[in-house]
Amino acid sequence: MLGKGVVGGGGGTKAPKPSFVSYVRPEEIHTNEKEVTEKEVTLHLLPGEQLLCEASTVLKYVQEDSCQRGICGKLVCTDFKIAFLGDDESALDTDEIQFKNKVIGENDITLHCVDQIYGVFDEKKKTLFGQLKKYPEKLIIHCKDLRVFHFCLRYTKEEEVKRIVSGIIHHTLAPKLLKRLFLFSYATAVQNHTATDPKNHTVMFDTLEDWCWELERTKGSMKYKAVSVNEGYKVCERLPAYFVVPTPLSEENVSRFQGHGIPIWCWSCHNGCALLKMSALPKEQDDGILQIQKSFLDGIYRIIHRPPYEIVKTEDLSSNFLSLQDIQTAYCKFKQLFLIDNSTEFWDTDIKWFSLLESSSWLDIIRRCLKKAIEIIECLEAQNMNVLLLEENASDLCCLVSSLVQVMMDPHCRTRAGFQSLVQKEWIMGGHCFLDRCNHLRQSDKEEHQRHLSLPLTQSKSSPKRGFFREETDHLIKNLLGKRISKLINSSDELQDNFREFYEGWHSKPTDYHGLLLPHVEGPEIKVWAQRYLRWIPEAQILGGGTVATMSKLLEMMEEVQSLQEKIEERHHRQEALQAEAPSLLRNSARLSSLFPFALLQRHSSKPVLPISGWKALGDEEDLAKREDEFVDLGDV
Amino acid sequence: MASAPTSKYNSHSLENESIKRTSRDGINRDPAEAVPRLPGETRITDKEVIYICPFNGPIKGRVYITNYRLYLRSLETDSALILDVPLGVISRIEKMGGATSRGENSYGLDITCKDMRNLRFALKQEGHSRRDMFEILTRYAFPLAHSLPIFAFLNEEKFNVDGWTVYNPVEEYRRQGLPNHHWRITFINKCYGLCDTYPALLVVPFRATDEDLKRVATFRSRNRIPVLSWIHPENKTVIVRCSQPLVGMSGKRNKDDEKYLDVIRETNRQISKLTIYDARPSVNAVANKATGGGYESDDAYHNTELLFLDIHNIHVMRESLKKVKDIVYPNVEESHWLSSLESTHWLEHIKLVLTGAIQVADKVSSGKSSVLVHCSDGWDRTAQLTSLAMLMLDSFYRSIEGFEILVQKEWISFGHKFASRIGHGDKNHADADRSPIFLQFIDCVWQMSKQFPTAFEFNERFLITILDHLYSCRFGTFLYNCESAREKQKVTERTVSLWSLINSNKDTFKNPFYTKEINRVLYPVASMRHLELWVNYYIRWNPRIKQQQPNPVEQRYMELLALRDEYIKRLEELQLANSAKLSDPSTSPSSPSQMLPHVQTHF
Repeated sequence: MLGKGVVGGGGGTKAPKPSFVSYVRPEEIHTNEKEVTEKEVTLHLLPGEQLLCEASTVLKYVQEDSCQRGICGKLVCTDFKIAFLGDDESALDTDEIQFKNKVIGENDITLHCVDQIYGVFDEKKKTLFGQLKKYPEKLIIHCKDLRVFHFCLRYTKEEEVKRIVSGIIHHTLAPKLLKRLFLFSYATAVQNHTATDPKNHTVMFDTLEDWCWELERTKGSMKYKAVSVNEGYKVCERLPAYFVVPTPLSEENVSRFQGHGIPIWCWSCHNGCALLKMSALPKEQDDGILQIQKSFLDGIYRIIHRPPYEIVKTEDLSSNFLSLQDIQTAYCKFKQLFLIDNSTEFWDTDIKWFSLLESSSWLDIIRRCLKKAIEIIECLEAQNMNVLLLEENASDLCCLVSSLVQVMMDPHCRTRAGFQSLVQKEWIMGGHCFLDRCNHLRQSDKEEHQRHLSLPLTQSKSSPKRGFFREETDHLIKNLLGKRISKLINSSDELQDNFREFYEGWHSKPTDYHGLLLPHVEGPEIKVWAQRYLRWIPEAQILGGGTVATMSKLLEMMEEVQSLQEKIEERHHRQEALQAEAPSLLRNSARLSSLFPFALLQRHSSKPVLPISGWKALGDEEDLAKREDEFVDLGDV
Repeated sequence: MASAPTSKYNSHSLENESIKRTSRDGINRDPAEAVPRLPGETRITDKEVIYICPFNGPIKGRVYITNYRLYLRSLETDSALILDVPLGVISRIEKMGGATSRGENSYGLDITCKDMRNLRFALKQEGHSRRDMFEILTRYAFPLAHSLPIFAFLNEEKFNVDGWTVYNPVEEYRRQGLPNHHWRITFINKCYGLCDTYPALLVVPFRATDEDLKRVATFRSRNRIPVLSWIHPENKTVIVRCSQPLVGMSGKRNKDDEKYLDVIRETNRQISKLTIYDARPSVNAVANKATGGGYESDDAYHNTELLFLDIHNIHVMRESLKKVKDIVYPNVEESHWLSSLESTHWLEHIKLVLTGAIQVADKVSSGKSSVLVHCSDGWDRTAQLTSLAMLMLDSFYRSIEGFEILVQKEWISFGHKFASRIGHGDKNHADADRSPIFLQFIDCVWQMSKQFPTAFEFNERFLITILDHLYSCRFGTFLYNCESAREKQKVTERTVSLWSLINSNKDTFKNPFYTKEINRVLYPVASMRHLELWVNYYIRWNPRIKQQQPNPVEQRYMELLALRDEYIKRLEELQLANSAKLSDPSTSPSSPSQMLPHVQTHF
């Protein structure tokens, strides 16, 4: 029997060559000397969740102080997740409890979170899919949340290897039927309990009242009305049952082209200007139909161009902005920078980090999204214009731009409930095709779409976080990117001037955090959102540091102030002074990792992380580098 | 309502000190009155000029030149621009345009500053105003070339704290628990006879006699022998600094030096080897043999382990910073910001310096062995490594006074050649001795404070203030190359210390989040993923790239602190009222919501 947690020798096992950890020398894989009693770790199943297959004696590798350690355990696959049931005794002690998630544990990977699966055969890493002829010695799983798991199957029974590997591949990569998605069995099994706190409740926008409430909140009800023409999805399946349109628009208009060509209200600004969106009319060859479309649109524009409506500026997102392909291509490159297999890879890429980052174009895309939102805000706020976003289905870039504008302009969207309601309004009800964009059904590669919800952060003036959404499509049309960017940069000078003036004007004034917030968009200000992207990389963890350190000081102070406040109120209510002091709410601030609350504290010691490759030739500076600091010849000293 | 952000909490750039925008109504019409003047500062001249602002275009203004500063005030009604630049930051003054120059504003002066900016002034061609201004600026910005004193010697400022008393070597070594059984304080260098670039007071192994030290000195470049910088309070391992051994091409050996290193190794009673960190790239260390230098080979030094830290020389650093300026001033490179930044190699150098210091600190902290650090002469890279390692190991140096002591000790007293590296009052802007080594150190400190925002008592403004006065020549702190020269010039008697200014306004330089943690070792992560360009320093002149001041989290924290103090006061009052209330219960205070201030953000 293999010793617990032992890799490479000890416990009477033949010392196997650690081929998998090819970068790590055998002596670096240290054995876990502590003999631990066999502990049965039970699989935690959600209601409705079923175990599909399992394999025992699997080793999971953990990076620790720049060497790797194996934990022995069982690898299982259910209809919801892949889980590793190890007995890593170290995870049981300390305060790690606070890093845990109620549904998904440290060693759980939901099936939909799997991005790529690799097998290692004779030290070669290959992508796994479909039917396998040969089974790998190691399994590497790259997750969409950027975790990387390494499982060693060397000690696992051949039958179990076959079962678990093909099981995992099948359940994560094969096309799925919608009705087979786990949430349906979960929902059936779980009692329908909706415990909503009325104070912090998310507006779902699935009733007429919700839309009326939003219209009232933004004072848009003067010029816009909620309609129920699509009740039962009679007009269009793409649109929500209830939505908002300009008051004079008739129901007949709405149903004419199944909701296409209709200005749909997103949000009203304090000055009465509104952000609208419209899905383009279907492209037609036939002149007659085109004529009909044109006169229909003319009619629509006549309505919204007339008082009480402000001048409308149309923003065509399909032709004037990023393409979904651009976003997808960039994200694919970008995420690879964080899917790091080991320490060597981390430090090898470190020297070229900035150029790697730049070549992904991801931060540039983020900048352009932010800029676009600011341009639109400039129209709404400074020029008192309505803005109409136009896109083929009004369900991708429209969602992105419109929610960004609202996060910047509407402080309500920066509260938790407000932000959730915004996602519900713009993305869920806005008809964003999550199923396709995330490829939840694992349709063929060609159709693969992904969508990402991310909060990129410009550590800037408007630091209270802005929500940020992006999605991306499939085909990697690499050559497109360059062209498109250059096209955009040369957009009209006047627009640029207005933008500059508005943007710089805002930044030159003191900030009201409860009003309009504009992010910084200059090169040095757009940074990688470390809290999301670096969170699983042990090398990137700053023990006891990072912004978490100041945030926890802030929270402590807040608790202290609150407890003082309570004491004061208590004294007011009951004049007789309480002699017994209430226990302080202050807890000892544990030293947190910079990646809190995401990463597990994998590095237990306080040893520093040291770059393992550093020096690089300086190229054109070689001559300088060879020079002496001082020009004195020491020969005769 | 909420308390507005007050400038008191503004921990950042000295923007306020250099470019102020005041309201038009506030302008004092009497120009002589309106120009700030330090005691000892005298007005030389004033001229009408066009300031060619790289961000806002040409602005007509009047420039006042004193023996300390150049001060410009806009004469335009719609701009209240003020420029306040100490002449010490000027590196180079060039005339632009000639008699035949055509076009607006093409005739004038272009001034290159040491603090990452250029100033351009257009002047009228007639009346020799450019010649006058050029000559006056040259005279007072480069006093050394004109046999004039540096302004620090004329400055008559008075502060209620004397910064010169901050660092007392005996006290600092005593704080470290020295002398002890293994280490003694020697006065052999009292008159700088052993080594003219070392301080008078040195800590050396108890077992090494003064005669030994003299013999060792002959084998170390510029006699900079290995001496103690820091000792670990528990495991007694030490950080020792020195210059390179004079091995030369022939591979000379020196028994005294070898024995001396062995004595150092034995001081902590461990059998382990002495670790030698040579800061240079190994190729450079080898190359240095050609000029008589070199490194400790293992055949000569048996009980040592030699490691190279690959940090480049002063010339590489100078060129790297020039490239940084190219991409940030006046315009920030937009489209390829990241790759441009990478091509400067600046952060890569920062990474290597930090990595080296982490290694030194880790070796000592883990108790594995004592450490000897050197580069070529032991006054540039060596100072960076020892001081950064000490900052990581010893929380005392993370306080305001502790940091002043660290700079005073490892940099100033151990002969970092400030005068040569900065070129105070010297007109030779192209001098190859100039290099931003100290700036690089401060940048590393900033990177650390960014990664550990609660570990330092001082804030960013403190670091920027130090850098501003590194160039300003207002204080004597950074003048001259070494202690012996400073003593000769009676710097402590004749000038004011920068620490006087800082320590008499300590609140301005405090980090509100500071949490004192004794015995905590700080290891920053020296990865490009965490290193950033210090925007608030390098790009502070660009009004477009301005970070939120103060940052919202800090502002919020300050509000909460104020609220807490208010509540504590209120509670005390209530307690008093309670004990007195028995006499008259009707005088109860109003409800808490009425009388208490509110915080800007909700709980």
